[in-house]
Amino acid sequence: MTKEQRLKKRYRAEKRFKMYGLISVSLAVIFVLILVQNIFSKGSSAFSRTMIEVAVNYDSSLLELESPINQNSLKDADFYDLAVESLLKIYPAKDSKEERQILRLFSPDYEFEIKDFLIKNPNKIDQIVPVKITASDDIDQLNKGNFPRDLPEDRRRVSNYQLNIYDNLIEKEKIDKKFNNYLFTKGDSRDPELAGIGGSLMGSFFTIIICLILSFPIAIMASIYLEEFAPKNKITDFIEININNLAAVPSIVYGLLGLGILLSVMEFPRSTPLVAGITLSLMTLPRIIIPCRASLKAVPPSIREAALSVGASKFQTVFHHVVPLAMPGTLSGTIIGLAQALGETAPLILIGMVAFVVDIPSSPVDPSASLPVQVYLWSEQAERGFVEKTSATIMMLLGFLIVMNFIAVYLRQKFEKKWN
Amino acid sequence: MNSLIAGVILILCLSSYFFGRSEARKLVTQNIKLKALPAYYGYYLSLWCGLPALIIFGCWSLFEPTIIKVLILNNFPQIESKDLFYEQTLSFFNGNFSGEITNEIKAASIKYSSINIIAQNSKVVIIAAALIGSLTFAYRKIQNNNKARDDVEIILKVLLFTSSLVAILTTVGIIVSLLFESLKFFSTINIFEFIFGTSWSPQRAFVRDASAITPEELLELQDAFGSVPLFAGTAFIALIAMCVAVPIGLFSGIYLAEYASTKVRKYSKPIIEILAGIPTVVYGFFAALTVGPFFRTLGESMGLTVSSESALAAGLIMGVMIIPYISSLSDDVINSVPQSLREGSYAIGATKSETIKKVVIPAALPGIIGSILLAVSRAIGETMIVVMAAGLAANLTINPLESTTTITTQIVMILVGDQEFDSPKTQAAFALGLTLFIATLILNYIALRVVKKYREKYD
Repeated sequence: MTKEQRLKKRYRAEKRFKMYGLISVSLAVIFVLILVQNIFSKGSSAFSRTMIEVAVNYDSSLLELESPINQNSLKDADFYDLAVESLLKIYPAKDSKEERQILRLFSPDYEFEIKDFLIKNPNKIDQIVPVKITASDDIDQLNKGNFPRDLPEDRRRVSNYQLNIYDNLIEKEKIDKKFNNYLFTKGDSRDPELAGIGGSLMGSFFTIIICLILSFPIAIMASIYLEEFAPKNKITDFIEININNLAAVPSIVYGLLGLGILLSVMEFPRSTPLVAGITLSLMTLPRIIIPCRASLKAVPPSIREAALSVGASKFQTVFHHVVPLAMPGTLSGTIIGLAQALGETAPLILIGMVAFVVDIPSSPVDPSASLPVQVYLWSEQAERGFVEKTSATIMMLLGFLIVMNFIAVYLRQKFEKKWN
Repeated sequence: MNSLIAGVILILCLSSYFFGRSEARKLVTQNIKLKALPAYYGYYLSLWCGLPALIIFGCWSLFEPTIIKVLILNNFPQIESKDLFYEQTLSFFNGNFSGEITNEIKAASIKYSSINIIAQNSKVVIIAAALIGSLTFAYRKIQNNNKARDDVEIILKVLLFTSSLVAILTTVGIIVSLLFESLKFFSTINIFEFIFGTSWSPQRAFVRDASAITPEELLELQDAFGSVPLFAGTAFIALIAMCVAVPIGLFSGIYLAEYASTKVRKYSKPIIEILAGIPTVVYGFFAALTVGPFFRTLGESMGLTVSSESALAAGLIMGVMIIPYISSLSDDVINSVPQSLREGSYAIGATKSETIKKVVIPAALPGIIGSILLAVSRAIGETMIVVMAAGLAANLTINPLESTTTITTQIVMILVGDQEFDSPKTQAAFALGLTLFIATLILNYIALRVVKKYREKYD
């Protein structure tokens, strides 16, 4: 091999090496894009809900209302017969089997939707009024184009008869989509079209608040102690080793801690944001302490010396000068730690937050789910409607995480002093 | 009730601050030279007012339910399922009990209401006594013009020190909770059977009271808890993950540190780090619903049978999750290799890639190995991806297209839903947790030491 050939070979190797690097970076970036695209394309349809317009005959004789007719008597009335009567009129049915199929076009809550409409508009009684009723998941998915129509009937969830009704309704322009407020206001449900993340949103909110209340003060106090006051001795070293190791312990181990100590020894209420918050705060503490210490360390010694030299005590130096200067760093570290806690799932599963909870929690000691757990729960469900709900939940979760991280970056860039 | 007590304590704290401060100012008007700023007398009084009362309040609220439970159950030694009985009593007392009401439940709830009243009253009395006692003590001190600042700082320092002890407490809590249940487990199941046994089927142990197992059942149980398939599955999936993450992560780190222009670096580094910020449940969802089925159809079109919960899908996605951990750590490590080493290499005519391969990487090797070890520990402790995308059945296999299970998956599977604390199955989850904790602890410890040693070398 001549000198030139060798040189060429070396330059080729150089180019190849650089290419490997570029390919790796692009692979990572492409994966982020694929993931985000995948989630968004699956989840965006969850924000709309298919409604079927039905002419409801609010026939008071079917309601067996106690006179006088007012809000209360309407609330107590049984709307089932009236609802079924009106719904069955949308298409002729031969037998009871077909009638059942018609009713299955609607979400099981049709009775209450019809009732709520009358309670809101009590003057419509004894009139025939068009009311929009939430369609069942199958029709919803069909309308959003997520179910292929050309499959043989036994492999479809929608029968030929239902398909005929659907086409007929489309022709009469009785089917339309509206913004899915159920997604945000309702709790969990077995029916995808009625399931919402209201409950898990509140659960996550309580959990994060408790986590913040517990971990932020303790983390700041611990890092102030370790960075500013701790003597260099065995205890301090031991604490430091502990913190570093705890930051890398798998999160599921914290779940076992919560289960073994909080639930079985201390008998805290299961499945509640309270226990979740405590467990997550134990997990987040070391992850907050590390950046807090770093930002305390970044405050130059000259600040401390200046304060000490004008007669401030050690405490006054730390609390009047060092801590305020380190605040942007500590806050952004805390927010990033909380963002991690918000996305954490495994420990919450172990402390029982996987329970099926329909009610929206109103306090931290009510059983509830949380956003990531809701993702896990719904991803186990077979119905197509839950796939889009899961993706929408992930979109919400990612949205919160992005906002939190942005705030953290902003705090650091805007307020942190650069020392030279 | 509890919020009322807490509110009263907090209001007293706040008002005693102002009271202490004004008392100190009064001393000034009497021409006494203060030994600290007036505010410190306020802090002093406020701390003395709040701390003892809050500590008593906290401890009391924490232990009260357990103590009341023991007190009540002592009266009913003949009841068999004590926990259930106590819960029934409580719900009967709160008026939302549905079921058969026995005389015992009635008697117990009467007992409960009387004990509860005593407890509430004595709580209030004790807290009030603590408040008054500590306030008078602190007030006397202020009147005598004590060194309020020094005292306040000592109290604060103790507070700071205590909060740093939480880290140790957490570690102790983890070890105690894992060891306690694990020891119970190892008293029924031989520890060597657990570590070296090759069949894992904990469902055989479902709903069995550990205290009443017949010898035949025990023999059968010994077979059910061989965790070798779990260790193998965990290692296998972690291996697949590392096969994805190490090359991509390392090359990205090298590229970002050595080749990328500042503009490319500025945008691509945060994008790669997004991967570390995405919750793992999202990866799990993606792996289970998109990647798994995709591999299966791909395999079918090539005539292979691919399980829809293949180890490959879980490992691949886990690898993607780990990329940023390796890339940003090795980026840091490579950046901290002194420039003079590179310049020396360029000076004797080496190309950039030769310099990286022959000089920079060898110099940065300990740091890179440390980052890979940290990534391995993250891979074996990762839960949600494998729970959602890997299988549940424990089979010993090295075929990445089949499904395997991992330690973390089994912990979750055992503990999801209802569990009774004395069955060997539940205890097995804690034994697995202990194994996991020890494994990750060793890996982290080595990794942190290696990285620290390396940092010291070039600092």
